[in-house]
Amino acid sequence: MSVWNTFIWLIYPYICLTIFVLGHIGRYRYDKFGWTSRSSQMYESRILRWANPMFHFGILAVFMGHVMGLGIPQTWTDAVGISETTYHIMAVSVGAIAGFCTIAGLIGLLYRRRFTKAVLGATTKMDKVMYAMLGLVVVLGLINTVSGVATTYNYREGVSIWFRSIFYFNPQPELMVVAPLSFQLHGIFAILLFALWPFTRLVHVFTAPIGYIFRPYVLYRSRDDHEGSRARRRGWDKVDTIPRRR
Amino acid sequence: MRIMAQMAMVMNLDKCIGCHTCSVTCKQVWTNRSGAEHIWFNNVETRPGQGYPRTYEDQERWKGGWKLDRRGRLKLKAGGRLKNLATIFANPNLPGIKDYYEPWTYDYENLTTAPAQEHMPVARPKSLLTGEDTSITWSSNWDDNLAGSTDNTHNDPILKKIGDQVKFEYEQAFMFYLPRICEHCLNPSCVASCPTGAIYKREEDGIVLVDQDRCRGWRQCVTGCPYKKMYFNRKTGKVEKCTFCYPRIEVGQPTICSETCVGRLRYLGLMFYDADRVLAAASTPDEHDLYEAQRQVFLDPKDPEVLAAARAAEIPEDWIEAAQRSPIWALINTYKVALPLHPEYRTMPMVWYIPPLSPVVDVVTETGEDGESHTNLFNAIASLRIPIDYLAELFTAGDARPVDLILRKLAAMRSYMRDINLGWDTNEAIAQAVGMTGQEMKDMYRLLAIAKYDERYVIPSAHYEDAHKLENVATECSLNVDGGPGMGGMGGMDASFGADPAVGSPSTPSRPEGVRINLLDWDGTGTPKGLFPSSSEQAEKGGSA
Ligand code: SF4
Ligand code: SF4
Repeated sequence: MSVWNTFIWLIYPYICLTIFVLGHIGRYRYDKFGWTSRSSQMYESRILRWANPMFHFGILAVFMGHVMGLGIPQTWTDAVGISETTYHIMAVSVGAIAGFCTIAGLIGLLYRRRFTKAVLGATTKMDKVMYAMLGLVVVLGLINTVSGVATTYNYREGVSIWFRSIFYFNPQPELMVVAPLSFQLHGIFAILLFALWPFTRLVHVFTAPIGYIFRPYVLYRSRDDHEGSRARRRGWDKVDTIPRRR
Repeated sequence: MRIMAQMAMVMNLDKCIGCHTCSVTCKQVWTNRSGAEHIWFNNVETRPGQGYPRTYEDQERWKGGWKLDRRGRLKLKAGGRLKNLATIFANPNLPGIKDYYEPWTYDYENLTTAPAQEHMPVARPKSLLTGEDTSITWSSNWDDNLAGSTDNTHNDPILKKIGDQVKFEYEQAFMFYLPRICEHCLNPSCVASCPTGAIYKREEDGIVLVDQDRCRGWRQCVTGCPYKKMYFNRKTGKVEKCTFCYPRIEVGQPTICSETCVGRLRYLGLMFYDADRVLAAASTPDEHDLYEAQRQVFLDPKDPEVLAAARAAEIPEDWIEAAQRSPIWALINTYKVALPLHPEYRTMPMVWYIPPLSPVVDVVTETGEDGESHTNLFNAIASLRIPIDYLAELFTAGDARPVDLILRKLAAMRSYMRDINLGWDTNEAIAQAVGMTGQEMKDMYRLLAIAKYDERYVIPSAHYEDAHKLENVATECSLNVDGGPGMGGMGGMDASFGADPAVGSPSTPSRPEGVRINLLDWDGTGTPKGLFPSSSEQAEKGGSA
């Protein structure tokens, strides 16, 4: 295997994954204040009203599809009696719908970002890089899904096994070397997107407020427990004359 | 009983001159930043008028606050938890920046860099959103003093409620100012709609705050708050709100808006309430009963049972004492002249208002009649339906009776006190006509008209540590005593005015009696009372500190 292939399917994923994990930890520790979705709905909501849910629900479906396709081995689906053809038809049809929704939503969002002046003014450089990367990855992904109708490549015997092998720390880069070019490109840019992730507004994904369903409506906090939301670090103790309980 | 303490405010609307000093000082302190231009923790609205943001009171449109579902249970008006999460990507009820106003600045540079020309150079308004030339069409008080009322005022959601009678009786125009801050509600719908749980009510004093490190900008609270006192900062992507100036309150100082209020119309103090009864009170079926229901949630700080509960809940003694002296308690419960703003939103707001008598007085005096005669005023109150219905829509969900009664009390006080001030015979019948005694009239007059700094603001400081108690023992200037030559004795001047409220003026009883000593008076023998903390005090400290 060439040096290039070893680098791109073995070393590069680990580097990016490390950046992804450490980046999030670091950002959460040191930039909680910057951790937000930075909504621009206040400036423009006519397009956002349809485009944003379309994009987000689309990409949630796409994510679930990836969990299925990359995370669950083919042997498992075989075991519960889902044949490869059934799986394939399902994946391509649902995947295509989700993919198109995502792209249509993304186009709407990019349109308003470009042509609503106030929204454009609120766009940072990092946003632009992130949108470019996200758009590229989504488009390449949709190409892969749609081309699944014509080609015979079964990614569940290639890309998926490689993907899981990374997390087993028993990487099998050779599987990616033989994958079709569009799959390779989708992989390369997706990995890069993950490396950028912690430094963009995409971090908001990891604080999706699922807990809302279960918590009481009105929350109370004591002033004492909350002199700043971070725990005091060593060496930064307050000047307390007498330890107090209240 | 789950007793909790709440810092609360009452504003006496008759005294508001609409000067916006409170808004400006508040903005200088809290929201004088890029991204926060449209954020007015304190704003002053001319009523009738649309308010700020425009038509915020129209809850059929903005869906703020709570409602009762078919089975009589309390639900967020914007929808349940799942709906909240489902609309997180596009909130259908979010005010746009245009519902506030487009923030702007002026191109001042042009004034100095423009070349010599025939006409004066001008500083053009520039939009802060796009950087381009803009024309200013709205702001936080664009309709001040009924400006442009023919174009705007018909959009006032309250006028719409009281209906078409306004149109033909509109010649009897009336007007008053409504300063507004966050209500620091007992049942805050902003807290309830925050998906992340970043907003919370402080256990100690009930102040509602946003944890800026946890807010993720989902902006559901902006919809949730019916008073639209949750503001999305367009730069930081986080939501900000009135903080009740908690850093000042914690050291016993009034909020900036109160401190700088030109009309001296704001009162601050503690209220004890029973947190276990809040939900039931907020679920009261008839909107008209909500005012009374909220009053029933408050606990009398002089009631022995309440006192026992307060001590069991480790509420410090000086807080209990402050609750007993609270002007808020007096205005809401003793004199019953303060009303909550929009109780029908069911958030149990804690900034209350004394409705203004001035629209009534104005009408009477305009007709050339005696505006200080109680009979004239009583008759006017009985006949001036529009201003009274309007006030009722603001303060009692449309029930005119409480407003009527309060205005009659204010009218009676006006008339009764005039007799005293002019040296005429007092007429007890005036007081009795509104169910009060002459002494009560005088006491109420004192609180409403001449209450000094430390009567208007009764704020116990927060308990950081016991060091404060030591300060009181011997670390202060011993000349600083009543009438003494030190800082505290300001002779004939209003002593409380100059004294640093954080330290407390000499007459501030939040300092335990007998603790202040004057070393100059000490002959060197024996131990004067208060030189050392008494052993009982120490025991108490050991028990609760
Ligand atoms: S008035 Fe204040 S406490 Fe009440 S719902 Fe609005 S933001 Fe929350
Ligand atoms: S400073 Fe006082 S008098 Fe002036 S507008 Fe504000 S509340 Fe009214």
